[in-house]
Amino acid sequence: MTTLTAVRESKSAQIVLGLFTGIFFGFLLQKGGATDYGVIEGQLLLTNFTVLKLMLSAVIVGMVLFQILKYYGFANSHAAPGTLGSNVIGGLIFGAGFALLGYCPGTVAGAVGNGALDALIGGMLGMLIGAGLFADSYPVLKTRILARGQFPAVTVPEFVRMNTWVVILVLEAGMIGFLLLLEYAGL
Amino acid sequence: MFGFLTETSWSPYLAGAGIGVLSCLALVLADRPLGCSTAFVKARGLIGIMVNRKKTEKMEYYQDIVPQVDWAFMIIPGIIIGAFLSSFLSGTFHIVWVPSLWGSVFGGSAVLRIVVALAGGILLGFGARWAGGCTSGHGISGSIQLSLASMITAACFFAGGIAVAMLLYRVIGVL
Repeated sequence: MTTLTAVRESKSAQIVLGLFTGIFFGFLLQKGGATDYGVIEGQLLLTNFTVLKLMLSAVIVGMVLFQILKYYGFANSHAAPGTLGSNVIGGLIFGAGFALLGYCPGTVAGAVGNGALDALIGGMLGMLIGAGLFADSYPVLKTRILARGQFPAVTVPEFVRMNTWVVILVLEAGMIGFLLLLEYAGL
Repeated sequence: MFGFLTETSWSPYLAGAGIGVLSCLALVLADRPLGCSTAFVKARGLIGIMVNRKKTEKMEYYQDIVPQVDWAFMIIPGIIIGAFLSSFLSGTFHIVWVPSLWGSVFGGSAVLRIVVALAGGILLGFGARWAGGCTSGHGISGSIQLSLASMITAACFFAGGIAVAMLLYRVIGVL
């Protein structure tokens, strides 16, 4: 465990790890089809379900793996409290941008990697501007909107007041069932 | 033996499972959720420091998200390299200005596409920071950690996205 702490605290190790995490992530996103405008926009138009298949598969595998890693002390939970003002309003603004651009913050970089110039000159430049605008507005938004309407719980098990593993079992069954339904429907 | 690396695409289930493992590895090795929008804040802050150091360093938001080259920053150059490697190995790398789905409805004008993409990018960057994360940070890493806020946020990404995509392609596009 001390090696792990040393890795987490080493600035140079983290820079190299970040780069390689990004490389694997970009490779998997591209191979999975999620760096393609038509695939992402098709998901939002409900004609192509590749993005949901990719995301749900990641969550199905990661949810169980994370609990095991957490149990043995290799990972910490970063789940944070949320609010209507931050998560719901921000999520809807994000959604509008998601549909107009046709990429999200990670896949926009992946699309640049496979040669999409609208992702570079439109998307990545726009994201830099948007992030800057938010940094400018943050002091005003922070108390007036972002803190409004706090959610009653941090995690789903706390919210439904049930055992973590029972919740995971139900969520896993729901996600796997949904994917099976998609295949059955030929989507 | 390495033929799978040159395949055009993998099953989304397989690629997704890989991303699930990678998201957990990020939590172990970096003690951070695998997110992408933080990098844009850091990059924007670094540009701000180059232009006006005093003003940028005083800004409240950059006290929380420090503009520096670190793990979260390196994710974006990494993704560009990884996606380039994948598309180059499979021979699908192409320079494109206008995606074909967009072109089939709104025409081949690169200017129109870039203007709309820029507007989308601004909303995306603004909304991602407003919501405190993106499709991977909230949608995948947050959901993996059973975060209620992350699951609600991911649902809002898709609710807003589906509404605007339908408006764009099913209403404006058929006028």
